[in-house]
Amino acid sequence: MMTSARGTPAFLSLPAIILFTALLIVPMVMMVVLSFQEYDQMLGVASGATEENYLTVITDPYYQEIFLRTLGLAAATTLISILIGAPEAYILSRMSRQWRSLFLVICLSPLLISVVVRTLGWAMLFGRHGLINETLLKLGLIAEPMAFLYTLHGVVIAMVHVCVPFMVISVWIALQRLDPKVEAAALSLGASKLTVLRRIVFPQVLPGILSGSLIVFALCSSSFATPGIIGGRQLKVAATATHDEFMSTMNWPLGAALAIVLLIVNAAVMLSYNRIVERRYARISQ
Amino acid sequence: MIPNGRIAIAFHTLFVAFMLAPLVVVVWVSFTPASILTLPTTEFSLRWFWAILDDRQFTSAFGRSLWLGLMAASLAVLLAIPAAVAMHRYRFPGRGALVGFFLSPLVIPHVVLGVAFLRFFSQAGLSGSFYAVAGAHVLVIFPYALRLVLASMASMNPMLERAAYSLGATRYDVVRRIMLPAVLPGIAGGWIISFIQSFDEVTMTVFIASPSQTTLPVRMYHYIEESIDPLVASVSTVVIVGTFLLMLVIDRIYGIDRLLVGEGH
Repeated sequence: MMTSARGTPAFLSLPAIILFTALLIVPMVMMVVLSFQEYDQMLGVASGATEENYLTVITDPYYQEIFLRTLGLAAATTLISILIGAPEAYILSRMSRQWRSLFLVICLSPLLISVVVRTLGWAMLFGRHGLINETLLKLGLIAEPMAFLYTLHGVVIAMVHVCVPFMVISVWIALQRLDPKVEAAALSLGASKLTVLRRIVFPQVLPGILSGSLIVFALCSSSFATPGIIGGRQLKVAATATHDEFMSTMNWPLGAALAIVLLIVNAAVMLSYNRIVERRYARISQ
Repeated sequence: MIPNGRIAIAFHTLFVAFMLAPLVVVVWVSFTPASILTLPTTEFSLRWFWAILDDRQFTSAFGRSLWLGLMAASLAVLLAIPAAVAMHRYRFPGRGALVGFFLSPLVIPHVVLGVAFLRFFSQAGLSGSFYAVAGAHVLVIFPYALRLVLASMASMNPMLERAAYSLGATRYDVVRRIMLPAVLPGIAGGWIISFIQSFDEVTMTVFIASPSQTTLPVRMYHYIEESIDPLVASVSTVVIVGTFLLMLVIDRIYGIDRLLVGEGH
């Protein structure tokens, strides 16, 4: 029933369009305007236009370090998510039907549980007397309790936990298109298991790994609660620094500039990654 | 099908342990009888659950988050249904762009949205207003509602509709007996997933919720920044159990794996 009464779809989507105009376009434009406004310690936001805020964000070593840390954390988290999420999706796809449904839900349902709650769990595990340190000490793997809280590796571990389900989902969806008979055929023709993985499974899941990486990277580079709780005030990332700029320092124009730079850097990394990967991928498939 | 080898099973076990560990620890700690963080082994107590009731800030934040989720999810679904009908039944110029526009809150970092809303609400004189926060929530959960309603419409068999008309059904009959039953699971599932997204939202809300109007995740975030004690663990356990119950409901009416990994599974 693909009727096309002119105006009807516009009428039907009008309420949502009004909502999006009022609560997405207008606030975003106001944020961009704010980021070009002057800030005065005494008067607050002034009306004069300036590019000073962006210059500060780009040239001040303090903010450069924050952005480098943010991108480094996101890259490390993405890499580890690939290394553990892709094999897990492959293993899940080879399970019998009942086990597969059960474990798919177990692996993915943490997605629906509050990020604050999941991060709290890691904060508890990471403590000096937390379960991880107690176990490692008992096993004799370490002599002294290890620091996880307020460290980069602690943040990465917790962020992998938050993000890896997205990698599993992406690779899983890619694997659904893989015909198990092709694997069986390759094996029966004398290919080794490694060859099957490399020549048949890997090319098939590559698009899944790539789209998963984009999701994980985007989520990590703008994540707030996990680096805020595990990293604390010492290890600031772009999102927590933006929050501090608004809530503590009260320099709103600079905070707005920070948020916009984060948005642009994020989009730029994702677009260039996509571009590079597409070119590579085109070459492989030729 | 090639079965998994031993190494694969061992890897899988570690992975599942990794995914569950933080949740298990939170639930476990919340049953401690002690006043500090301990993993109880011999004695278990519900004292930290009763303690939630005495903490006005947690109970009021809990109530507010429930209200916010109910209102925002209902509004998002009410707006998503007509929009989904437009997307599903009509082909018009700019349709693809409109779908992209409606899904765009998914790709804009919530910290950016938080900044934009904070500026907008403070200029509009709505700072700290509950309805302003609810409006912001409607916007960020709208894509979830739209996607599920659209998916349930797409899975509808158009032949059924035509068959009903050819057998003499009225338009009212077709809507009520054919279309509604087909899309209702998607609408209900969309509502629940929107509710969960609203209830859990922290990154954007932390910018716009005033201290006296704080939501549960924001309250928990600020609490954890100061100290971690069994009280925040018991609050988290309540959240985990609540989310789990909602997941069971989603599973009954929509299918949890269909929700998590999409169609064609």
